[in-house]
Amino acid sequence: MTTFIFILKKEFRQIFRDPAIIRIIFIMPMMQLIILPFAADYEVKNINIGIVDHDHSDYSRELISKIENSTYFRLTGYTNTFKEGLKWVEDEKADLIVEIPNRFEAELIKESKADLLLAVNAVNGTRGNLGAAYTLGIIQQFNQNIRAKWFQMPDFNPEPIIDVTYSSLYNPLSNYQFFMVPGILAVLLTMVGGFLSALNIVKEKEIGTIEQLNVSPIKKYQFIGGKVVPFWLLGFVILTIGLIISFIVHGIVPGSNIGVLYLFTAIYMLAILGFGLLLSNFTNTQQQAMMVAFFFMLIFILLSGLYTPIESMPGWAQKVAALNPVTYMVEVMRMVLMKGAILRDILPQLKIITLYGVVLNLLAIYTYSKQNS
Amino acid sequence: MEHKYSIVTENLTKKFGDFKAVDGISFEVNKGEIFGFLGANGAGKTTAMRMLTGLSIPTSGKAYVAGFDIYSESEKIKLNIGYMSQKFSLYQDLKVWENIEFYGGLYGMSSSQIKSTTKELLSKLEIEKESNSLVKELPLGWKQKLAFSISIMHHPKIVFLDEPTGGVDPVTRRQFWNMIYDAAAEGITIFITTHYMDEAEYCERVAIMVDGKIEALDKPFALKSRFKTDSMDDVFYRLARQAQRSDN
Repeated sequence: MTTFIFILKKEFRQIFRDPAIIRIIFIMPMMQLIILPFAADYEVKNINIGIVDHDHSDYSRELISKIENSTYFRLTGYTNTFKEGLKWVEDEKADLIVEIPNRFEAELIKESKADLLLAVNAVNGTRGNLGAAYTLGIIQQFNQNIRAKWFQMPDFNPEPIIDVTYSSLYNPLSNYQFFMVPGILAVLLTMVGGFLSALNIVKEKEIGTIEQLNVSPIKKYQFIGGKVVPFWLLGFVILTIGLIISFIVHGIVPGSNIGVLYLFTAIYMLAILGFGLLLSNFTNTQQQAMMVAFFFMLIFILLSGLYTPIESMPGWAQKVAALNPVTYMVEVMRMVLMKGAILRDILPQLKIITLYGVVLNLLAIYTYSKQNS
Repeated sequence: MEHKYSIVTENLTKKFGDFKAVDGISFEVNKGEIFGFLGANGAGKTTAMRMLTGLSIPTSGKAYVAGFDIYSESEKIKLNIGYMSQKFSLYQDLKVWENIEFYGGLYGMSSSQIKSTTKELLSKLEIEKESNSLVKELPLGWKQKLAFSISIMHHPKIVFLDEPTGGVDPVTRRQFWNMIYDAAAEGITIFITTHYMDEAEYCERVAIMVDGKIEALDKPFALKSRFKTDSMDDVFYRLARQAQRSDN
């Protein structure tokens, strides 16, 4: 036991003597949590729209002004030819064009039916589709207004109208930051736990000090414990700093069951540290460790439900996501911070991540060898 | 027989694929002896030492270190040996006293033992003032002397030194050898690899490795008379000339 205390002392001294690690631990979470949630926003705004108006009627002008007044669009310009409109799209000046045909108004009045063309630049699919959807919404509204103007509404409306009211549960303002912040916090914990621990061990390999340890009577669990404990504790420091920043900057109040989050983090960090140790057992230089860690980190982040909902992924990707420990941390983080989940709610995630922790750490201890063959 | 000798090997062999890095070496090292292990780069010295210290598993052959089998009792061997590797083995980002404390703790010394040993060690090396400096701030010679002192601070039965004086100036090398003699006088067996032939003369017996085999093993003066020369350099050249492999 005294040996282990000496080992811990040495690890802590080295960590706190390294200015890079201090920066990673304190500055990185602040930067990411303060800046990223404002920048990484799903809402598509400022869609560039070009309008080709062949009609030049009251109606076409009314429709155009409705589009112009929407906050989603930025008008690229008006033109009389579809050709020029298409050129705007090709030059990336417009994301979509609306073509109002000749005799738009006349046909609408006479035949109570008219055609419009929406041409969408689908290179950025999300942007194009959302732009089209916004435009359709505006046109539909325009359509209803005309109906109301031209036809006396009968007492009995032949077309039933369903009036929808909705309320955003758990995130009343549908604030995007509330969704992103817990996710970013989860990723930060993963980086510190998985990367720093792996790099730390591989660094000993590179310098050669690990040989000095391997010829000493140090036990496997002492060596691994010495690497795990400091980073495990740092996980709590980062979580705490992160929660304080989320509260101050984004107004996220964790609620009374914050203990659940710490409990989950405690086990999650063990699992991720096990991953880092495993990684370090199979790499010999810090570059190798970085590259492998980067590879996994991309998968971890993209398939964790942080940016895109897991439910809308293809079947195989959902299976990968279910194997991804980060998925569970992101889930629990959101459940606790946004829905006020209690211990019972997160039990399924807790069980899985405990299993992860046990398996990864056993593998790490098993594959760590003081000898090479 | 293991009790008479510090180290015993029989046909110890290490292969990497088809390459025999160490090719069936057999020798004994007496207790308290200063045993020199010479050879050109790539002759297999370091590989042999890595097997004896338990860092590397032999392909075949037998070996006993401090009376323990290197296959089945490597953890017991580790309690009884000190090791100073070719690469610099102290933590550069720890202070001098922190390094001493850590390695002391690693070998199960208590805080009070460590404290008194640290004091003793620093005054012997005359670097009391540097106790609070980071190791990376020390000159190379000091680092090597410190590393050696630390490698024997737990009073091992055998200490393995892998080219400990590489790149060190002659004066410091002389001091380093005085420390080795002091350690040997305390009964510690010294197993040392080196490139410097003048250092070979300081050893009680030397083994010269060529291409993974031990080509000669005797007291330095006996080797010199056998090859009818008065310098170890000549002995070494004559043996090493036959070498098939070299690292360039």
